Order: sequence, then structure tokens, then C-alpha cells
Amino acid sequence: MGDFDFGVIISNLPFLWQGLQLSLLLTLLAILGGIVLGTLLALARLSGIKPLALVAAAYVNLIRSVPLILVIFWFYFLVPLAVGRPIGGFYSALIAFVMFEAAYYSEIMRAGIQSVKKGQVHAGQATGLGYWQIQRYVVLPQAFRNMIPILVTQGIILFQDTSLVFVVSLRDLMTASSIVARTEGRLVEMYLFAALVYFVICFSGSLFVRRLQARMAT
Amino acid sequence: MNYNWNWSVLFEPEYLGWLMSGLGWTISVALCAWVIALVVGSLVGVGRTLPNKFISTLCTAYVELFRNVPLLVQMFIWYFAVPEMLPEDAGRWMKRDMPQPEFVTAVVALGLYTASRVAEQVRAGIETVPKGLSSAATAQGMSVAQVYRYVLLPISFRLIVPPMTSEFLTVFKNSSLALTIGLLELTAQSQQIAEYTFQSFEAYTAATIIYVLIALTATVAMTLLERYTRIPGYVGKEG
Amino acid sequence: MDFKLTRRALAVAALATGLLPAAVSAQDYTGTLAKINDSGEIVIGHRESSVPFSYLNDSQEPVGYSIDLCMKVVEEVEKTLGKDVEIRYVPVNPKTRIALMANGTIDLECGSTTNNLTRQQQVEYLPTTFVTGTKILTRKDSGIASVSDLNGKSIALAQGTTNERAIKAAVEAQGLDVKILPVRDHAEGMLSLETDRVDAYSTDHILLFGLIAKSKTPDDFTVVGDFLSFDPYAIMVRRDDSAFELVGKIALANVFRSGEINDIYAKWFDPLGVPADPLLSAAFELGALPE
Repeated sequence: MGDFDFGVIISNLPFLWQGLQLSLLLTLLAILGGIVLGTLLALARLSGIKPLALVAAAYVNLIRSVPLILVIFWFYFLVPLAVGRPIGGFYSALIAFVMFEAAYYSEIMRAGIQSVKKGQVHAGQATGLGYWQIQRYVVLPQAFRNMIPILVTQGIILFQDTSLVFVVSLRDLMTASSIVARTEGRLVEMYLFAALVYFVICFSGSLFVRRLQARMAT
Repeated sequence: MNYNWNWSVLFEPEYLGWLMSGLGWTISVALCAWVIALVVGSLVGVGRTLPNKFISTLCTAYVELFRNVPLLVQMFIWYFAVPEMLPEDAGRWMKRDMPQPEFVTAVVALGLYTASRVAEQVRAGIETVPKGLSSAATAQGMSVAQVYRYVLLPISFRLIVPPMTSEFLTVFKNSSLALTIGLLELTAQSQQIAEYTFQSFEAYTAATIIYVLIALTATVAMTLLERYTRIPGYVGKEG
Repeated sequence: MDFKLTRRALAVAALATGLLPAAVSAQDYTGTLAKINDSGEIVIGHRESSVPFSYLNDSQEPVGYSIDLCMKVVEEVEKTLGKDVEIRYVPVNPKTRIALMANGTIDLECGSTTNNLTRQQQVEYLPTTFVTGTKILTRKDSGIASVSDLNGKSIALAQGTTNERAIKAAVEAQGLDVKILPVRDHAEGMLSLETDRVDAYSTDHILLFGLIAKSKTPDDFTVVGDFLSFDPYAIMVRRDDSAFELVGKIALANVFRSGEINDIYAKWFDPLGVPADPLLSAAFELGALPE
């Protein structure tokens, strides 16, 4: 394969940048969707309404037993069937990630909600707030704040997970790097470059988490 | 929804055989990788807590490197890039003469990746052991090796059994990435059945049920192990 | 076995229709001919990226091997009707082409469509204009010349393709020991071959030539073996419209008989370095029915 060739990376930078943008966009939207749906699942599990709690628990445990790739295959098959027409790979992938990550976010949020002291809830009840008002104004804001470092860590994992859209040929950073690697025949350069980009982003993210934790500990 | 149900395809000998062979590969990859992960992860995890600055920095670097690059990228590097970086003979051996190249590559990639996560659990376990215990052991005249052998490791390994359960389950799930380098494990086989028969729903359901069964079995096994290794009066006090 | 039967059936069908008396000379047209005569236009369904059969060129006009052949059919239609007709193009894809033909939106489909008996329940085909099928791509020095030479070697196959099934069936039938590496797509299959991970790759032969053409070292590779599956391409027309179908057959027979087909073939396939397969040449000869 000859010597290391930086040229192939530079000449394909715009294409790779498009891929990275897709990775980041997918990560961002999946984090938002995952946290919203995950919080709802966590509230359902803690709601005290038996059937609701059971369904939410079953969903979370089911998703957590199955590989993400299988979940992606599932939604690539199910979404167009449910919608009645193809809606494009990006949306199918996004729905798959939201549904998958929600199970993990719900566990984080459940722990976060339980970390809020019981006295706070009682205080809310004493002032005459209803269940949802207590969740909305008392419990969730504190749960979120306590859980920010873990939510960010899960976000970093999610960013790494987006590389799996490779299996359905969606052009994220991973797929873009693979396409260049194959068409240009520069496997070593492109896969090491992809590794470097992922490393820089994820490592910066974990340093950020460490600073957050240090600040919160004080 | 317009879909023709046909659950019987799953029981046709050909497709049932695919599922079973896929299950076999999934279990083989996961268990072999788990052995690598335990050995390497324990060494690296212990290394991070050693007083020797050089070794602990090296082990920290290992964890950061393997944890911050997606497993898929690592798998492709082992499979596509490493043979090209080696001298031609060695590279050719990896690609052609090595027995089961896809399997071996998947096991190595998954094993070394999981090792970085195991190492973190081991380190956390060691750091949970109260400082007083190791100080007392040192005061008794134990060497660093002896402190680890007789005090830190026996306690910490029993402490980390619960968090290791989830890592153990993750290895099974992550073994599905082997399909990207052409190993027909469970997920790949279910997709292949979907493509051959157009019965995607049935094929993915079969794979999903098998994964759930694997998770249940592994959880039960780890719960038993947890009960067996529990330190009386210690559980619930960590952290 | 299917494959031989199909070929014979096509040959018999071609002969039988050749013996039918020409009924087009009358002035009262029916079916598609009447439609074209009334509206003054013929609607051609084309593909957008089926290179080199039917695709859009730089100025977004449909061109290609199949389009050129369709132009011959249009000329014959004009001759039959005794007047010029306008051509209107409608883009089609594999999902829409049969429905658009059956519901009368397009009159001729000029793409890269395999003629098979299942589709003939809905549409009709003119004589075969291209033959492709599963073949093997390998290094020139690999010593592989057919499926049987794969014994003890390795081949990459794209998952879920008809080619994968064809090769596996051939390997099983001959009782060979072949290591199969499943790959995702053509690019990954070619990569496996180029990096020497496998000895061969297999897909439709026309696509294999495309892969060679795109390769960094095209001279290292060659396409070998007999067709392991049989995909005859043909221009599609409406079913149960023998008058219009006959016009198309006359046009193609003239092109085949006069040898003009060789120029058209060379125009589109020489740049790819694809020599006319003996089977395709035979199809041209069989289609060259006497007046």
C-alpha cells in the first residue's frame, strides 16, 4: 500500500466533513429525543400505575437485551411499513436511535429522579402541588442537574454508536471514510483518520465531563 | 400494514440451521472476547492503580484510547488496516492463512475494546477498598505485590461482580458488530433470512427472542455468581 | 435447467410470430399504434442512471444503448404510420416501470430490464437486446477460468444478490470446497479482491466490467466463466398488442440483420471494454428474422 498518504485525506475533506456533520446532527437529535422519551419512560416506571410501569419496564429491558444493529434493522424494516411509504434512511435511523437510547436514558433519569430526596416531594405536596406539577417544578429540574455528567457521558457513547449507521449505508463520518478508503484504496490512512477524529471529539467530551464532576463535587 | 405472515419459515431446516449457526458464532465470539477482556482488563485496571508512574500512565492511555474510539472503527482497523501496515508476508498471512480470519479479528477487536471497560471497573473496585486496609497490610510488612494479592484483589473482584454483569451482557450485544467484517453471527443470519424470504418480521423476531434469552441466562448466571462471591456485611456499603 | 428451457421457448416464440401474416398494412390501427396515430406522440420510459443502457447525459437528455435501439423502433413506427411522431420521455425506475407500462403511461420502456416469465404476466418484451448474468471476476494470474477452478479457493459474494445464490448453487452442485466471504456491496467485494483477501468476486458480468474499469490496476483483472444465471435484457411493450409488438420486432430484426447492431453495441460497450458475449451474438442472429 506504500507510504502514508495525507493527500487523500485533504482532497476528500469536504466529503468527510459532510459525513461528520451528519454524525453530529444524528447524535444531537437522538440525544434530545432519547432524553424526552427516556424521561417519560422513567416517569411511567415510577408512576405507581401498575400496567404503565410494567409496559415501560418491559420495553426498557427488551431494548437493553438487543444489539443496536438489530434495532436499526428492525426500524429500517418497520418504519416504512408503518408510514406506508419510504421516508429516507436518515429518519429511519433517527427513530431507531431515539427508541434505542431512550431505554438507556430512562435508566439514568430513573436513578436521577430517585436521587431527589423524598422530603422535597413531601414539601411539594404540602404546598398543594399535584403529581405532575411536583415532577415538573421540583423533581425533574434537580434530577437533570444531578445527572448532567452521566447524560453527557451517554451522549459520547451515542456519538460513537452513530458509526453503526454504516450497516445501512447512511453517509456518516464512518461510512464516508469507508467510501474514500475503498474508492481510493487507502485503507490505513482513512481508518486511522476516522479513529483520530472520533478520539479527539470523545476524549474532549470526557475531559469536559470530568471538569463538570469536579465542579459539582465542590 | 400490508404484510404476509409466515412464521413457518423459521422452522424450515435451512433457515433454522442459519439461526443456530449464527447463535453459535455469537456465543463463541462473545465468550472468547470476554476471556481476553478479563485478562487484559484486570492487568490494565490494576496497572492504573500502581504507584509506578510509567505503568499507570501507560494503562490510563490504553483505557482512554480504546474507550474513545468507536468499536466499529477499531474492528475495521484490525481487519482492513493492520494487515496493510504489517510486512507483506505477515499481512498476507493475516488475510489468507490465518485460521478463521473474520472470527479471530472480531474476537481480538471486541476483547481489547471490552478490556478498557473492564479495566475501569477493576480500578473502581480497587479504589473502593478502604485505604486503611492496604495501609494496615503495608504496616504488617507486606510488599506491594502481596498487598494486591492478599488484600486488594480478593475484595475488589468480589465487589465488582454486579457491574461486570452489564459488561458481560454488552459483550454479547457488541459481538453483532462482527457482521461488518463478514462473520455471519446471529444478527447477520437473521438479516440474511429476511433478505431471502422477505419475512423480515419473523426473522428479526427470532433473533430478538434469542438475544433476550441470552441476556436472561447470563443475568441468572451472574446473579448466582454474585450470591456465591458476596462478602457478608460488605454489600451495599461501597461508594 | 430452467435456463435452457427459457431459451428454447423464446426461440420457438420468435419463430412462431415470424410466421404470422403481417396485419399492420391496414389503415384502421388498434391499440398503441392507434394511440400514437391519434396523439401524434410516442412516450418512452427511460432510466436515469443505468449506464450505458439508459441514463441522462451531461445535458440531462436520456441516452444509451437501449435508447438508440428504441429510436430504431420509433423510426419503424413512423414508417408504418406514414408520418412523423413526437417523442416524449418519462423517467422510470425498477419499481414503477411495469406499472407505468401496464396503465398506458409509457409506450416503450428502454432501460435495462430482465425479461422473465413472471413479468410476462403483465407486460410483453421485444427480442433480447442484451444478455448478462452471473460471472466471476478474478486476477489474470489466479488460474481460475470457471466455477470448478474455485475448489480450495475463496470468493467474495454480495449478500442478498441473485449472484450469491447462483454461485452457492453451482458450488453445491459440483461438490466444491470454496470459502465464501460475505460482503455488503460491489465496492467491498472489489476491495477484498484488490487487497488479496479473496481469489474472486462475482456479480452480473456487465457490472464486473464496470468494476474493472474503475480499478486502479484494470490490467490485473479479468472476467471468466460461463453465465451461472441468465438475465436477458429486452425492450418492454404492452401486453396483448401484437400489432405494435410486430412493428418493434421488425425494427429490431432489421437492425440485427443489417449488422447495424454491431456499431450500436460498439458505440456503448467498447469504452467499457466489454466484448459481445457469444450468447448475445447468438441472440442477435436469432432475432435477425427474414422479411
